[in-house]
Amino acid sequence: MAAAIQAEELTKDYAIGFWRKRPYRALDRLSIAIEPGEVFGFLGPNGAGKTTTMKLLMQLVYPTSGRAEILGHPVGHVATRQRIGYLPENPYFYDYLTAEELLSYFAQLFGYPAADRAKRVSTLLDRVGIGAERRLQLRKFSKGMVQRVGIAQALINDPEVVFLDEPMSGLDPLGRRDVRTLILELREQGRTVFFSSHILADAQALCSRVAVVAGGRLAASGRVSDILAFEVRGWELVMSALRPEVIARLTPIAQRIVEISPGRYSIELALDHPPERVLADLTAAGASLVSLNPVHDTLEDYFVKRVAEAGSARPASIGAPRAGD
Amino acid sequence: MRAISCIAVNVFRESVRDRVPYNLVVFAVLLIASSFFLGQLTAGQDVKIIKDLGLAATSVFGLFIAIFIGIGLVSKEVERRSIYSLLSKPISRPQLVLGKYAGLVLTLAVNVAVMTVAQFAVLAYLTWTSDPAIQSAWDAPGIDPALLKAIALIFVELMLITAVAVFFSTFSTPLLSAALTFGLYLVGHFNADLRNFEVAVNSRTAAWIARGLYHVLPDLSAFDVKTQVVHGLPVPAGYLALTMGYGGLYIALLLLTATFIFSRRDFK
Repeated sequence: MAAAIQAEELTKDYAIGFWRKRPYRALDRLSIAIEPGEVFGFLGPNGAGKTTTMKLLMQLVYPTSGRAEILGHPVGHVATRQRIGYLPENPYFYDYLTAEELLSYFAQLFGYPAADRAKRVSTLLDRVGIGAERRLQLRKFSKGMVQRVGIAQALINDPEVVFLDEPMSGLDPLGRRDVRTLILELREQGRTVFFSSHILADAQALCSRVAVVAGGRLAASGRVSDILAFEVRGWELVMSALRPEVIARLTPIAQRIVEISPGRYSIELALDHPPERVLADLTAAGASLVSLNPVHDTLEDYFVKRVAEAGSARPASIGAPRAGD
Repeated sequence: MRAISCIAVNVFRESVRDRVPYNLVVFAVLLIASSFFLGQLTAGQDVKIIKDLGLAATSVFGLFIAIFIGIGLVSKEVERRSIYSLLSKPISRPQLVLGKYAGLVLTLAVNVAVMTVAQFAVLAYLTWTSDPAIQSAWDAPGIDPALLKAIALIFVELMLITAVAVFFSTFSTPLLSAALTFGLYLVGHFNADLRNFEVAVNSRTAAWIARGLYHVLPDLSAFDVKTQVVHGLPVPAGYLALTMGYGGLYIALLLLTATFIFSRRDFK
């Protein structure tokens, strides 16, 4: 099956400086493919190239080299936009319009007849939690409410592929929960969701696959379950009937010892300490094994490692990243 | 076409919500007030002054709307980043530029139409209250359909100025666009002088440059037939058609260049 979104060697250079312009590479040969129905998390620190990638996919900027396709058509193919939705980062909409009018205007651009427009607008505003405020001009909206309207406008055409640039930005915990639920609903409906985020817990909860970009380059990508399964950082032993003098012997080699209940301890060992030997010592000292599990990295640990690696690999000649990128 | 008309209607709605039509109230009050005062002060010249004032006000108010809304039409979208969500919809960049332009032309058309009605209302009142003997001394009748010729050319000129403003706003900041558009408006009204520049200077190069500029810059003085109309002089239909054709061609070239530039821009 053809990829819903595909980028090959996508590169973007910006000219920076006033008099003596010099190139700044915002994105460096990014290649990714997102299958239909996937929820794909695009992760990276500020200035990593996430928003640049989104803009390239929306053809708001043109690539220096490389190519990208959405639903089998080159980006910029106007008819394909009938099937996609996009929420920009920190969106701004015409503040003289009400939320209803804005959505109705966008629905009109998709060619929906008046009756259908009204129904769509009403349903979507209900879905993103905009109530009676829908008849207020957007200039009276808070940042979080504008973000909700932004999500609604991205879904006005029932898109097959949805691009969400920092969808949780500006939202309170309830708003974040609502957006998470919405993304899960989109996943259940078989839509493809490509979203960038700083909030790794959301990515871990929602995404089938993630990509980490840093310094304009793809630092890693893969299934969240695979990534974390391979990233074992040690072992966790849970033992019972453990005496205090035995615990004292473990202190030099254990990374962390936590007493769960009287006589029962959780002991975390580094990867270079084979758990078999420790287990043999402890059972010989009269303790009983409750459980032995590998300790995996969280997505955050993985993210920090990959970003650090990419940072050290980045050539010094490349300029400083732009804020908010 | 659907996308262009949607965008155009939205531009019109924006100008209404930004209280642009308020200038119509100012215009109507100005005209009505002047008709009463001038009627008291002048003898037989009041109809000319009202026509002059009405046409000049239509032109100046329209110019302000064309420049100050025109320069922000595209650049404001880019600056405020509302263009991001707009361009993700099934519209092309040329459609966006043309829709914005059409929206402002619609705003101008409504403004000019209301101003025209106000002007004819004041002239009708003046005709109705003036003695027939005084009316017979007027160069042209009070309610003169020839006024519509002058208004039509003013409207085409305003369309051209709007196209200039939109053209600059596709690649420049609003402030610079305003300065350039206003500069071009001024130069355009003195453009006819460039044609005969060689008579005034000795330098062949300067004369050659002036002649080049004459051909490139719009000749806005061609759209000004206010004096002829006010004094009851004829404005031939051929001249009207030719000038409108010239305006239409210039507008088409400006919009074509604007869409070409806009289609290649990066929105960082």
